[in-house]
Formats: sequence, structure tokens, C-alpha cells
Amino acid sequence: MHSSNISIWFFIGVLLTVYGVLILAYGLSELVTGHTANVILANLHAPIWWGGILLALGLFYGFRFMPKRNS
Amino acid sequence: MLGLIPASIAPAGLSSALLLAIGAPSLAHLSLLDIAVIAIYFIMVIWIGFYLKSKSNTSEEFFMAGREMTAWIAGLSFVSANLGSLELMGWAGSAYQYGILAAHWYWIGAIPAMLFLGMVMMPFYYVCKTHSVPGYLKLRYGQGSSTVAAVSFAFMTVLMSGVNMFAMAEVMKIVLGWDMNFSIIVSSLAVAAYVALGGLRSAIFNEVLQFVLIWGGAMLVPVLGLIETGGWGGLKARIAHNIATGAIPAGDYTHMWRSMGHFADNPMGIHWTGILFGLGFAISFGYWTTDFLVVQRVLAANSLRSARLAPVIGSFFKMAVPFIVILPGLLGLVVLTNGDGSLMHLVGENVVAAHPGAGLHSYNEVLPLMMVRYLGPGLLGLGITALIAGFMSGMAGNVSAFTAIFTYDIYQPHIVKNARDDHYVRVGRIVTIVGVVISIGAAYLVMNAAGIMDYVQALFSFFISPLLGVVLLGMFWKRATKQGGFWGLLLGTLTSIGLWAWVKADPSALRFVAISPDAKDMAENMYRALWSVITSVGVNVIVSLCTKPRPLSELAGVVYGATKLPDEEPVPFYKNEWFWTIIAIVIFLALNIYFW
Repeated sequence: MHSSNISIWFFIGVLLTVYGVLILAYGLSELVTGHTANVILANLHAPIWWGGILLALGLFYGFRFMPKRNS
Repeated sequence: MLGLIPASIAPAGLSSALLLAIGAPSLAHLSLLDIAVIAIYFIMVIWIGFYLKSKSNTSEEFFMAGREMTAWIAGLSFVSANLGSLELMGWAGSAYQYGILAAHWYWIGAIPAMLFLGMVMMPFYYVCKTHSVPGYLKLRYGQGSSTVAAVSFAFMTVLMSGVNMFAMAEVMKIVLGWDMNFSIIVSSLAVAAYVALGGLRSAIFNEVLQFVLIWGGAMLVPVLGLIETGGWGGLKARIAHNIATGAIPAGDYTHMWRSMGHFADNPMGIHWTGILFGLGFAISFGYWTTDFLVVQRVLAANSLRSARLAPVIGSFFKMAVPFIVILPGLLGLVVLTNGDGSLMHLVGENVVAAHPGAGLHSYNEVLPLMMVRYLGPGLLGLGITALIAGFMSGMAGNVSAFTAIFTYDIYQPHIVKNARDDHYVRVGRIVTIVGVVISIGAAYLVMNAAGIMDYVQALFSFFISPLLGVVLLGMFWKRATKQGGFWGLLLGTLTSIGLWAWVKADPSALRFVAISPDAKDMAENMYRALWSVITSVGVNVIVSLCTKPRPLSELAGVVYGATKLPDEEPVPFYKNEWFWTIIAIVIFLALNIYFW
């Protein structure tokens, strides 16, 4: 999108960043407290690495497509 | 769109499941974190709608997204328009039931048609600057064919939007125990807000958002499933073991073409000719090249090259979708267990309906069941958000297509012809709201008349295939005339309706329609579409040869041979659409050979 000030990829970046933070934080809390969710393969701590991937992608798109201020 | 949804989920199945859902325990329980994830999604779509309001002031901006979408955005939106939650859940259920055969709908049933649209048809749609498929018919065949197509399409889109709304409410009821009225009100308010505010651009933005959410929310299921089963080899070994011990019905669950030699050799009751010509041509080309809902996304591209590249980009993602749809269905065959550790057996909706309170689950629930198995707090919310986004995007896509068709192809030519541009934008916003209101009515209609979903799916199939015959001849045969197009469309549609009614009245007629006594329902759809295209083309040719053709000068821009396509600037090979088309064809062939 060229004529819009905010690209769709920026919105996606923001959403993935928020989701990444929430899910990663939950995963870390599971690790710290030792209370894991009652799901299969909980020992793999999917919220940590999946949340981390979402956060990394979110930050990349958020910064890469951040709207530029008009000076 | 419903036209490509497996019969197991689209017809009355969902409705019977609904009856059971009342009072039945929900599949999943959301934590506060899950609810926060869902709420954040709703905040985001409303934010996007309000932001885009200021970008949708002219009719070109409101109805065509300003024709400034990049190839990537148009391509993702194009493929996302067909990646709704009904498709996800339905085809995952079909994979559980029929195995990898279900992937035909993603590969042979999509890729050739998508590439053909991009490389061959798109230049004509794009060069004539049409705003819709009925708009193209008007330029090529005149107002009559255009109005027939516009009215039927407007009717279908608004009905489809209602079906999506109903299906979402039902799934939320079954999976989460949500009240159906609550789901319908919240989803329709959100869709009305963001489409009325931002028009097609808003619908496209949300489709791209939905695409990302579906991958982010659903991809973890097959990843964890493959880890649990020991990879693709381990999954195949466990399926073979379950067949050998009689735990699951015998069949070839992991090969796509080997069992297609005869109708009786595969559980779908389909022959390879039906898959190749019925699905691979009549249904697939009809849907991907003439259904305005998907074509509209590509027409919004910012250049001819982007418009041609968009379906090619979409084809790569389309080929990857079985990973998040078909694979979870196959994994469900070996990993889903009951509370006592025994293998869970999913059944048809009719069996679930016949045994209320028995704790049975239907095929269509395989994807939510797999999510509940692997996804904890937060991740489950993300998976559910992906499903909600898929449903809402399905509604928004239909409503935005309805708005464009009604305003451009019905209101402008027949009601108010020469108004100012802002008048049509205002009408478009009002029609969006009206479309959502009619959709709500359709949702409650479907809810209260269980069998109606069956007819909705059939209705869709009546119009799309004959339209393919008319558009193809119109685009590639200069001799095709106005009368040929009209009668081809009409008789092709009547052929489809007639064959459907014949089999409905006398099920044994299937042996004639699908040319085998062993054919099953899925085969009927494919052969009916094929006969309807053949009729449409045949009638068009015969009538055209008997009537006076239009002068060549009037066909510039709409017919092959009478159109000078604009020269495209040379680009490096890695930006050339033909290069990526060849790569897509190679991958498509490799997948079919590997899973032969």
C-alpha cells in the first residue's frame, strides 16, 4: 500500500507483537512456576518458542512498516 | 465460498449439530488470556475500519480499494477469500474421513485455475477496467447477460454471508458454549462497521490479517502433531497399524491418485475423470476465474503486472494450506483419544444426532479437537481467533462483493444512472448495512430451516459453471454474440438445475449423471458442473453461429485477438510473473507425483 499512511503490515506487526508478548509471558510464567497447562506435549513449552516467533515477526513488521511522521 | 466446501459440513450437518449443541458441554474452556486475545482482535479490526474511513471517499476507493493493492496484498487477499473457517473445519473433517484425497480441492481443484486466471484471463479483465465480472459481461455481451449474472450473484453473496454468520454462531456454540444470538450480533456489528467505514480496502486488510492469524493460530497443531507421531513416516506407519488392527476403516489415506481408477475403489466414490475435468476444470475454473468475490481482489491491484502476479503468489500459499487443514485431519486418525485412552472415533453428523448424550463428536470437529489437544492458554485463544477471523472475513468478503455488484451493476444502470460520485459512495455505505441486515435474516432463516443449507450450496453451483462457459467463449472467441451468451448462460444454468432436480427426485439417476452406478454425492457435483459447462459452451457456439456478430472494433479490450495488451516494462527474471508461474507448476506437479 503506497497511498495509505499506515500499511496493513504495520497493523499485522502490532497485532503479532501484542500476541507474542502475551503468549511468551504466559509460557515463561509456566516455566517459572512449574504449573503447565493440561495439554499434550506441554513439556515442549510451545508458548515460549511460538510466542517468541510471533513477537519477533511482530517487531520486524512493526518497525519495518512503521508510518513515517511528516516533517 | 460454499461452492468449494465439502458436502459433509455445508448441508444440514451443521444444523443437526446445532440441535445437539444446545445443552451439550462445550469442547473448550477459555482462560482470561484467551478472551484477551480474542478481544484484541476485535479492537484491531474496528481500529482498521475507522482508520480507513478517510481513505474511502470516492467510488473507486470504496468499491475497488483505489486499485492500488500490491501484488502481495491482492494475492493474499485472493487466496484468503477462500480460506474461511467453514473450509478449514470442513476439509479437516473430510481428511479424517477420506484421507489425503481431500487435498485435491487445494491442488488440482485450484492451482491450474489460479495460474490460468493470472497468466491468460487477467489481462482482459484488467485492461477493460471493469469493476466486476457482470461488468465484463456487459462490455462483451450487453446489459441482459450482465443483469442476470448481477442479480444471481447479489442474491448468492448475501445468502452466503448469512450462512457464514450462522456457521460461526454455531461453531462458537459447539466449541465454546457461546449463545448464538451473541455471536451473530457481535460479528455482524463488527463486519458492518469495518466494511461500511472502509469499503473493499477494509475487507482486503482484514483478509490479509485473517491469513496471518490462520497460519499463526493453526500451524502449531500439525507441527506438534508430527512431533507426537514421529514425522510423516511415523504418521503413515500408525495409520497402517490402525487399519491392520481394524481401529479405522480400510482405505488408502495417504495417496491421491492411486485409488482413482474406479468409482468403487475410493471412499469418495469418484473417478479420476471427475477429478480432472469436473473438479480441475468445470468447478475450479468456474470458481477461481469468474466468481466475482475472488476476482474483485485481483482487480484491486495497482498494475497489470501486480494483477497477474497476485493469483500466482496466491497459488503458492494455496498449495501449502493442506499442511494446516488436511494434515490435522490425518493426525486426528491416530492421536485423538477418549478419556480412557482408547482411540476416539469421529462419526457423521447423522450418527451424532441419532445418539444424543453419547459424547460422540463429528468429523467436522476434528480441527477444534486437535486445537484443544495441543494448545494451552493464549495459543488456544489464538486458534479460536483464527476461526472467528475466518468467519468474519467470509462475511465481509461477501458483503463487500454484494455492495459493489448492487451499486455498479444493478443500481447504477437500472435505478439512478448519472448521479455524482459521492452519491454512489453513500449508496454503497447504506447497501453495506442493508447487506448485513439481510445476512442476519438469512442466518436466522438457515437456523430455523435445517435443510436450507443443502439448497444454498446447490444454488451456488447452478450459476458458476455456466458462467465459466460464457466468459471463456466471450474472452477467446470473437464470433460469440450477445444472443449466444444469453442463451448459453440460461440453458447452462437450467441444465445444472435440471440434473440436480433429477437426482434429488430419483437418486438412482446418479448412475447417468456421473456415468457410474458406484458414483457418490461428490462425483455428482463434479459431473453436473461439467455437463453444465459443456451445455453453456455448446449453446453459445450454435446460437452465435446463427446470429450476427459484433464488429471487431467494438470488441477492443475485451476479446483475445481484438485487444492490444500494454507492453510491460522489462524486469529481472525473479520479478517476472512467468518465472513464478513455472515454479508453481513444477511444485504442483511434484506434490501430485510425491503423493501419487
